[in-house]
Amino acid sequence: MTTIAQTPQPATPAAQPGERLSGVQTITFAKALTLAMADAMAADPAVVVFGEDVGTLGGVFRVTDGLTQQFGEERCFDTPLAESGIIGMATGMAINGMRPVVEMQFDAFAYPAFEQITSHVAKLGNRTRGQVRLPLVIRIPYAGGIGGVEHHCDSSEAYYVHTPGLTVLTPSTVADAYVMLRDAIASADPVVFLEPKKLYFSKDTVDLDALRAGYSEGGGAAAPSTIGHAAIARHGTDATLIAYGPSVAVALAAAETAAQEGRSLQVIDVRSLVPFDDETITAAVKSTGRAIVIAEAPGFASMASEIVARIQERCFHALAAPVLRVTGFDIPYPAPKLEKYYLPGVDRILDAVDNLQWETP
Amino acid sequence: MTTHPEFLESQSYMLPSAEPVQLIAADGSEAPAKQHKQYKEPYQLPEMATMLEGYERLVVGRRVNDQAGALVRQGRMAVYPSSHGQEACQVAAVMCLRRSDWLFPTYRDTVAVLGRGVAPVEAFESLRGDWHSGFNPHDYNTANPTTPLATQLLHAVGVAHSAKLRGEDTVVLALCGDGASSEGDFHEALNFAAVFHVPVVFLIQNNQYAISVPLIRQSVAPSLAHKAVGYGMPGERVDGNDLAALLAVLGHAVDRARNGGGPALVEAHTYRMQAHTNADDSTRYRSDAEVAQWVPKDPLLRVEKYLHDAGALAAADRERIAVAAEAMAKTLRDGLNAETSVDPLDLFRYVYSEPTPQLREQSTLLAAELAASSATMGASR
Ligand SMILES: Cc1ncc(C[n+]2csc(CCOP(=O)(O)OP(=O)(O)O)c2C)c(N)n1
Ligand SMILES: [Mg+2]
Repeated sequence: MTTIAQTPQPATPAAQPGERLSGVQTITFAKALTLAMADAMAADPAVVVFGEDVGTLGGVFRVTDGLTQQFGEERCFDTPLAESGIIGMATGMAINGMRPVVEMQFDAFAYPAFEQITSHVAKLGNRTRGQVRLPLVIRIPYAGGIGGVEHHCDSSEAYYVHTPGLTVLTPSTVADAYVMLRDAIASADPVVFLEPKKLYFSKDTVDLDALRAGYSEGGGAAAPSTIGHAAIARHGTDATLIAYGPSVAVALAAAETAAQEGRSLQVIDVRSLVPFDDETITAAVKSTGRAIVIAEAPGFASMASEIVARIQERCFHALAAPVLRVTGFDIPYPAPKLEKYYLPGVDRILDAVDNLQWETP
Repeated sequence: MTTHPEFLESQSYMLPSAEPVQLIAADGSEAPAKQHKQYKEPYQLPEMATMLEGYERLVVGRRVNDQAGALVRQGRMAVYPSSHGQEACQVAAVMCLRRSDWLFPTYRDTVAVLGRGVAPVEAFESLRGDWHSGFNPHDYNTANPTTPLATQLLHAVGVAHSAKLRGEDTVVLALCGDGASSEGDFHEALNFAAVFHVPVVFLIQNNQYAISVPLIRQSVAPSLAHKAVGYGMPGERVDGNDLAALLAVLGHAVDRARNGGGPALVEAHTYRMQAHTNADDSTRYRSDAEVAQWVPKDPLLRVEKYLHDAGALAAADRERIAVAAEAMAKTLRDGLNAETSVDPLDLFRYVYSEPTPQLREQSTLLAAELAASSATMGASR
């Protein structure tokens, strides 16, 4: 086998036939992720990508499409089918100077790796008093809304956000898909990177040169990182909808409908679940005095619960109504024909908005 | 990925020898040459100087086990998993590696960790309860000992894989117990190592027990070394109380890995002479008579007898080695008797490379609590 030093290192990612990979482009969420990995790999030979079916096939969602062809099978390769093995090996590679970006094929199939993630990935930095850092990214397609069969639609973020030592990110826009994955790869700490699989084939027009300008030649961040920073997805004055990942689009749709009915709803995209941006969210809720947290995961002991608790601790005197949650029910993710009853939708969000104790005019 | 030609050739090289390899018998005599012929490799007795170095390490290792046990009884350490009787495995593991190679130990491998040069106080930090093991593994190319069973084997594969990708000739030696060989990560690690053809030597210290559970409840495979065949790597079994055999077998596996031959699995037959830890009562699951059978197989006495009979253990050597062992014991006593101070605010410092805003808040809260309690203590005095 050749070593990394012997494999050709393309300075810029090779374009697929007929494709322009710079400037203003309309690309999918999945393509933005692919470009983020390709650019990070081109910038830093320590970045390697591996997982199940990520090589020749390019991943079941094609997110790693072309990386093996561009960078060789030393840099992007298939592993045996064993999730603990993938994360455990990635941990060792990160200890020894690499920056692995690994893919778990689906949310529920990351569970075999749970011990490695919680007992080692999350803890090694603390265990060694910061002398070993694990720059490792665990990409996980997550959440539902795609009519998937059992074990393919879990919103598993609560397990990771509850584990100190992990950074947990989830982008909701095409631009954030690129930027946040680059930030994750540049991070010194291990990142669980949750990709809303419903969004993979959503498209947006982005300026790739502008996005790339945020990173130095070596792959480090040149612009402020998105880690720890929520985004304001829509301005509004009457109430604040707080969402992340697949729920951001639903919250935006609810805000659009509400606007037609005369209510101005602000939408916050949390996007960095850990570290959590208390500052932005507290300021937002204080500005409107009303808040609803929206998430697909079952609500009991969830990320949504945590956000509600933090808001009431910090914004109590500014609140005009209890902070509500619109979440999945406390049930296993349902079969395709039933998921529409489970998922937080525009109507359920607007019903919650109606319940925010508005003074009668 | 191409199949390695040797995989195609013949599979018999993967099977362990018919008997555990033994080069020095329990009574310290050289095992008969005809016995050597039944082993699958032409294992050679190490040179006398190597055996003498090994003997010194065994004496020091035994002294470490005894001293650590005493320190636990005196309340200077929370817990100690003794490797009394297993020292030869750990000494051989260390002696087969270069400084640039890596060792991945378990909680029972303190003798190996010290052998790699980790400062005694650092090595015992977690057992003393100051921190969960804070030494920098890069200072010694030795991982922090791992408690979740078999998980470290995958880290070993990862270190070896990255070394291979960078074209370095590092070999990684990963230790685990017989019980750990039942874990899923054991399987995943051996399979990954074989598929990626990386330079890792897996050493199982089969000390016959996983706490109370005997080997027969872990596996009914012909031997643990036979498991290698299922992964496509060579397996070997060795008398784990015979330093010479361990050096020969592990040395062979390490050389092979370094030369691009890929991973190997070695099972060492040994015995945990003491309880699982000081907190365990081994009389509940095994008899004194059983333990007594292993006393004459002691790895330390065996080498001592061998060196003595060969005229290779001078009085001056014994003297020097006894002094070295006492010095190590004193270092342990001094280190563990010294009152160490822990900084409560360290709790927040290392969870992330930069503490999150939430951890900064929590750190401030604890700092305020500490300030308030020291103020009231001052006032009440
Ligand atoms: C995943 C996991 N399960 C259970 C334990 C608790 N435990 C600690 S040591 C031990 C026995 C391990 O036996 P073995 O692998 O033979 O090693 P030995 O202690 O004999 O050296 C057990 C069950 C653990 N540390 N990790
Ligand atoms: Mg055991």
